[in-house]
Formats: sequence, C-alpha cells, structure tokens
Amino acid sequence: MSTSAPELMTPGKGRGLLDVFRNRYLLRLVVDKEIQIRYRGTVLGLLWSYLKPAVQFGVFYIAMGIFLELNKGLENYAIYLFSGIVLINFFGEIFGNSSRSITDNGGLLKKIYLPRQLFPVSNLFVALVHFVPQLLILLIACLASGWHPNFKQFLCMIAGCVIVAVFALGLGMIFATFNVFFRDAENFVDMIMMVATWASPVLYLFTMVQEKMPAWFYYIYFANPLTVAVELFHYGFWLPSTELWQHWHVPAHLMTIWTPVALLIAFGTLFLGDFLFRRYEGNFAQEL
Amino acid sequence: MTTIPFKKPGVTFSEETVAIRSDHMSKWFTLRHTRSIKEAVMWIAKGRKGDLSEKFKALDDVSFDIHDGETVALLGFNGSGKSTTLKMISGVMHPDEGYVGTRRKVAGLIEVGAGFHPDLTGRDNVYLNGAILGMDKAEIDSKFDDIVAFSEIGEFIDTEVKFYSSGMYLRLAFAVAIHTDPEVFLVDEILSVGDEPFQKKCISRIKDLVRRGKTLVVVSHDLDLIMDICERGIVLEHGKIVYDGPSVGAVAKLRDRPAADVQREQNERVERRLYWKRDERRKAAEEAAAKGEKYVPEYDPELDDPADLDDPTKVKRTKGL
Ligand SMILES: Nc1ncnc2c1ncn2[C@@H]1O[C@H](COP(=O)(O)OP(=O)(O)O)[C@@H](O)[C@H]1O
Ligand SMILES: [Mg+2]
Repeated sequence: MSTSAPELMTPGKGRGLLDVFRNRYLLRLVVDKEIQIRYRGTVLGLLWSYLKPAVQFGVFYIAMGIFLELNKGLENYAIYLFSGIVLINFFGEIFGNSSRSITDNGGLLKKIYLPRQLFPVSNLFVALVHFVPQLLILLIACLASGWHPNFKQFLCMIAGCVIVAVFALGLGMIFATFNVFFRDAENFVDMIMMVATWASPVLYLFTMVQEKMPAWFYYIYFANPLTVAVELFHYGFWLPSTELWQHWHVPAHLMTIWTPVALLIAFGTLFLGDFLFRRYEGNFAQEL
Repeated sequence: MTTIPFKKPGVTFSEETVAIRSDHMSKWFTLRHTRSIKEAVMWIAKGRKGDLSEKFKALDDVSFDIHDGETVALLGFNGSGKSTTLKMISGVMHPDEGYVGTRRKVAGLIEVGAGFHPDLTGRDNVYLNGAILGMDKAEIDSKFDDIVAFSEIGEFIDTEVKFYSSGMYLRLAFAVAIHTDPEVFLVDEILSVGDEPFQKKCISRIKDLVRRGKTLVVVSHDLDLIMDICERGIVLEHGKIVYDGPSVGAVAKLRDRPAADVQREQNERVERRLYWKRDERRKAAEEAAAKGEKYVPEYDPELDDPADLDDPTKVKRTKGL
C-alpha cells in the first residue's frame, strides 16, 4: 500500500479565507441566521442597533462635551464624537463576536466539516448590517451641518472602514483560535474592547496626546490602526462639516505615512490571524 | 461475491477505485481539557517537563482502503474509536500520525441535526443544513418538497424548531441529510431515528443507496441490519483493527459464534423477509385484480430494480417514502 494514491485529497484541509468566498451561499445563510437569532423575541428588533449607539452618544456627549466642555473648543463636537463612536462600535462588534464565534459554534464544528473561517467572517457581515445604518445617520447629521466633502475625503472614509474591518477580523481570528485552547482569552477580548474607545481619539483630540505625552508615545499611539482610522473618519466626516480650517485638526502625515502603515498592520494582522487559524483549526474539533 | 442479494455486484478493487484510504492512522486525545494560560505558562517555565495533560491513543495504526461501491460497517464497543474514524474521514479531525485521503465527495450523516438551530424555523433549518452538508440553493430548492414530505412535518415546517418534539426534529434533520447526494455516505448511529414506521423508511432509503451502488461507511449497533446492508465489516477494539473482512464474519466475531451459523441465520432471515414481502405484494395484486384495478407496487430496493422506476406501470414511488 503506497502512502498516497493519485488524486487522493486530505479531507478537511482548507484553503483558509479563500474557502469562505467559494461558499458564498452558505455564508449568506449563516449571516442571516446570526441576525435572526440576535433579535429573536425582541420587540424592537433591528432598532436596537440604532438605540444603543444613540444612548452611547448621548452619555458621552453630556459627559465629555458639556461637563468637560470639549464642545466649546471644538466646532461640531457631536459629529466629531459620533463618527468615532460609529467606527469603534464597528470594530468592537466584529472583534468581539468573531473571537467568540468558534467556541459558540463548537457543537457544529465537532461534527461536520465546513470551512471554519466562515464563522469569524460571517460576523464581519453581521456587523456591516449594523454599521451601515449608523453611517447613514452620521451622513444625515453631516449634511444638516453643511458637509461638503471632496473626493480625497471620500477615499479617506473608505480607507477608515477597510482598516477597521480588516484589523478587527484579523484580531478576531487570532483570539478565536486562542479561545479554543484557553478560555482566558475571552477576558483579554473584553479588556481590549474597553481600552479601544480610549486608545484612539474618539472622545478627545489627538493633539492632547501630542501635548501631554512624550514623542515616542505619540508614534505608538498612531501605530494603532484604530487611531488612524478614527482620524480618517474625522477627516472625512467632521472636517468638511466645519467652518474653521485649522491645520492641527489633521495629524501630520496622516495620509502619506500613517494610512499606509495602518493598512499594512491591519492586513498583517489578518494574515497572521488566517495563518494561526489554519495552523490550529485541525485541533478545534477535539479541543472544543 | 456479495452477501447482500439485492446489492449491485461488481466492486472493482484497484488503485483507481480507492474512495477512502487510511494508512497507519493514529490519533491521541488528551484526557483532561480544562487548562488556563497560568498552567501553560507554569509548564513552560518549568522547562516543559512531562505532558501538560495526560494522553491516550484513541486510534492505533489503523489502515484500510475503501473502494467505490463498497458498503462497510465499522463495528466495536463504545469508545473503540468508530466515530473518531468517521471524523478523520470527513475531515473534522486530522490524524496525528499516518495518512487519510479521500477521492470522492464525502458527506456525513455523522450526527443528525448538528447544524440545526432551535430558534430558526424548520424551513430555514432545511436550507442552512442543506448548505452545511454541501448543497447549493438550486439543489435545496428542487429537493425541498421531497424533504418535507419525507419528514412528515407538514404544516409545522414554518414553526421554530424549538417547538418540535424530539422525534419531529430528528425526522427533519434526517430527511435533509438523506437528500444530500454525496459520493460517499458516512452514517453514524442514526438509523434508530424516530418511531418504527419512520425507521423503516430510513432503512429503506439506505438500502436504496446500497442497491444503487453508493459507497457507504456505517456505524450501527444493530448487527442484523449491518449484515443486511454491509458486505464488509471492520471491527475496532481500543482503537485497533482486530478484524477486517465479510460483515458476517465481523458479526460472528462480536457475537462470539461460528461464522457459518451466523451466515445461515442471516440467509434464513433475509429469505423469510423477502418471502413475506412478495407474499404481501401478491395479495395486494389479487385484491386489486378482484376490483378490476391495476396494481403498481411501491418501490422496494430489496425487490425492485431502480431502473424500473422509469416505467410507471411497473413500480411507483410515493413522494415522501
Ligand atoms: N475530543 C475528544 N477528546 C478526548 N477524548 C475523546 C474525544 N473524542 C473521543 N474521545 C475518546 O476517544 C475514544 C473513542 O471515541 P469514539 O470514536 O467516539 O468511540 P465510538 O467507537 O463509541 O464511536 C473514547 O474513549 C472517547 O472518550
Ligand atoms: Mg460513536
């Protein structure tokens, strides 16, 4: 008996993320399922995806804008705040749900082979279902306050979305893998999500980091793809809605250096996530 | 030579017809799963002495070739590694040593209802599970009515599955699985689904697959049934193959009886069953003739050639049977 007869294939050896796009129909069904289950038995259904950010926005606006008087120094602070919140929520939803997706679907993964990348990736699409309506609200708010973006700003918005989506999925796949072997990983995920809002200029201005912290910290701060993405959103949504054009509103080298760096880190993270996931997915079924 | 009278003869044993090959496959499992990062860090800090967790060998040097058209039973006591072997073949797990390869599209009825979600309706679950088992939308669309008819779920199809009785749930899950059309079927202890009439239907479906020459790998504790549908049996004991040969011999080994006796009893059983089935048909035909009607028997894979289904005067197949 020779070890490999011609054309024999090893079962369950996937091609990573590529497999997901070969199974688009299944992906769609899994996304539909996730959305249906999320809102089962709720009276408000998808409305929750508007209500939650609205409350979050209200709380931050009162605490930061009014109590800490950030809206006095900053024109259209509401838009500044909301564009960051929308993006960070997008990150949190993809990252949080995809890092739990493998352990949550353990029952199925143990029994039937299917491309397991499907589960983290499906959460990206589920998050889009919530992200897009929020983005629309943001657009309406911008239009109401005299938004006049140019093409470059438009590109920045798209870049911001791509950075967050790719980075969050990559991190999600890394932690989904860890989660199978060490359940402690879930606590890390919670911690990262808590820090994410404060580790990027969602509530405050990046210039505060520049003023208060040493130079090296500023570089680390901008090496965080979320910081860059949030600033890209500020550039795309908030800046064109303001009258005053003060040059410090845009970080130096945002588009020339930091955006390519962030894209690189985001895709690097996804690559690492896919690699780790593929490296260990063969053990998922027996460890779950 | 086949021991199953109705099975399509002529399995070719050659390198080209290997559907599944397992070559010196071994698998270890850890006995204790709960671990924290703290324990792992301590273990690395101590210089990785000893094993982080105890291991045992669930499959030990398992080798076999399964060819196109073979029907193979995996037999053995609980915990002997049958399900693990099927999981290796389906790709859910990978061997730690050795090799497993497949040439054909393999699908598992490994555990019915694995992909069912209680909060989705029966209809949504049919689509989701059909897709999980490898069907595309057009395929599920075209088989949907058959699946519902087979499951006898009726108007409950648009009810959430959590409101189903456990029998209904399993029936629908089985109906989806049996309507997938893989080249190799893996069946793990699911032939005891639902009530007796439904079980008969399921077994008849499996026999239909056998008759049509599908490749099957079956795990079941019903040894009589095994002899009815499988010509070959592989007996596992603590993860090792202790027998690989005709299924009658495997059953004889498990029952600890002479193979000749088991074979004789099996032949008698099959003959008796076929006799009663034919007798029933004869009576039904006479009854119909007395009423002046034409009798068309229901398709039975043990009696009829599937090719006869093309001729509606010879044999018929009622939807959902
Ligand atoms: N994921 C797992 N982790 C640890 N042990 C396992 C795992 N899966 C199966 N086992 C063990 O492997 C042995 C063989 O299991 P299995 O193949 O399910 O047996 P069976 O022949 O009853 O189907 C059993 O002792 C079982 O407890
Ligand atoms: Mg088993």
